[in-house]
Amino acid sequence: MSLLSFFTRKSSSAPVARDRLQILLAHERGGGGLAGQSDLVAKLQEEILAVIAKHVAVDRDKVLIKLDRGAQVSTLEIDIEVPDLIKTAGKSAEAPKPDPKTVLRAG
Amino acid sequence: MAKVLVVTSGKGGVGKTTSTAAIGAALAKAGQNVVVVDFDVGLRNLDLILGAERRVVFDLINVVNGDAKLNQALIRDKRVDTLSLLPASQTRDKDALTPDGVERVIGELREKFDWVVCDSPAGIEKGAQMAMHHADVAVVVTNPEVSSVRDSDRIIGMLDSTTEKAVKGEKIDKHLLLTRYDPARAARGEMLKTEDVLEILSIPLLGIIPESEEVLRASNLGAPVTLNNPDSAPARAYFDAAKRLQGESLEMVVPTDRKGFLDRLFKRRVA
Repeated sequence: MSLLSFFTRKSSSAPVARDRLQILLAHERGGGGLAGQSDLVAKLQEEILAVIAKHVAVDRDKVLIKLDRGAQVSTLEIDIEVPDLIKTAGKSAEAPKPDPKTVLRAG
Repeated sequence: MAKVLVVTSGKGGVGKTTSTAAIGAALAKAGQNVVVVDFDVGLRNLDLILGAERRVVFDLINVVNGDAKLNQALIRDKRVDTLSLLPASQTRDKDALTPDGVERVIGELREKFDWVVCDSPAGIEKGAQMAMHHADVAVVVTNPEVSSVRDSDRIIGMLDSTTEKAVKGEKIDKHLLLTRYDPARAARGEMLKTEDVLEILSIPLLGIIPESEEVLRASNLGAPVTLNNPDSAPARAYFDAAKRLQGESLEMVVPTDRKGFLDRLFKRRVA
């Protein structure tokens, strides 16, 4: 152990714990934020998939859902991989990009 | 009028049983008639902490089912005669508790004692809900650690929504008991400070119990820490908490066993 590390303490971890708890509990306490409703994410996934499936064939295994909890804003990110329309439909000249991104924001 | 107090936490291992025994004994030493009730059916331990494990004949389930009279199941403490224990069953499970039976037993205890202190099992399931259901006062035992604080928040939500008082639209009296607190580590930023926990949980503080070897020593010997070593730091903190429960207002300090310079350094006001 060097002399320097003896004098400079490890940065304190308690403030990190406090901030993590404040953000987490703001969401867990009923109603506030996306995670206030535990099945909201699942419902959104189902309905968004249903809308897209009406128009394009979607592989259910190729759906990525990410929920980021922030102090002010939470972001829900849904990545759905859409198969190349040229191969599936065979006529459209302009195939959409494979990874359209749906980003929903909730306070 | 009798008060029903539940000692609860959500998380296990934070000190519910230790605190139940210590506060129950402190209230009894203050001349109050106290019964401590173990609601941890299947995993009873309050008898062991009180050193009464070899005196258990009948238990809470026997009384709830009407197999035994309340007086047959109550065990009077040998050190403080105003302290009694109603043990849990070790062989049954929590489903053996019926809401009607528990209500009847709590009603009978209210008539006999000044304080009915219920030691809740960990978790948020039926056993914990039964223990808190009839409470007038709740002591939420919390360690200065993230998972304990989160679980306490959950329990506070349940106290405000599922208890008898909450259902009737009345307010249940909630208090925070911070246990295993190390003022030196908190000062160094290694542990959540009292203010942090209070700010997050926003319920009034009943006491701060310092981390201490005395707690394990007392449980080894089968005595509440308030009886085993009344002058020790955790015991003094529990005595203060018991006084606050009786309506006294005292300055909030973290007692310490250390003497001299360090003693003065850490025994300052914290909240």
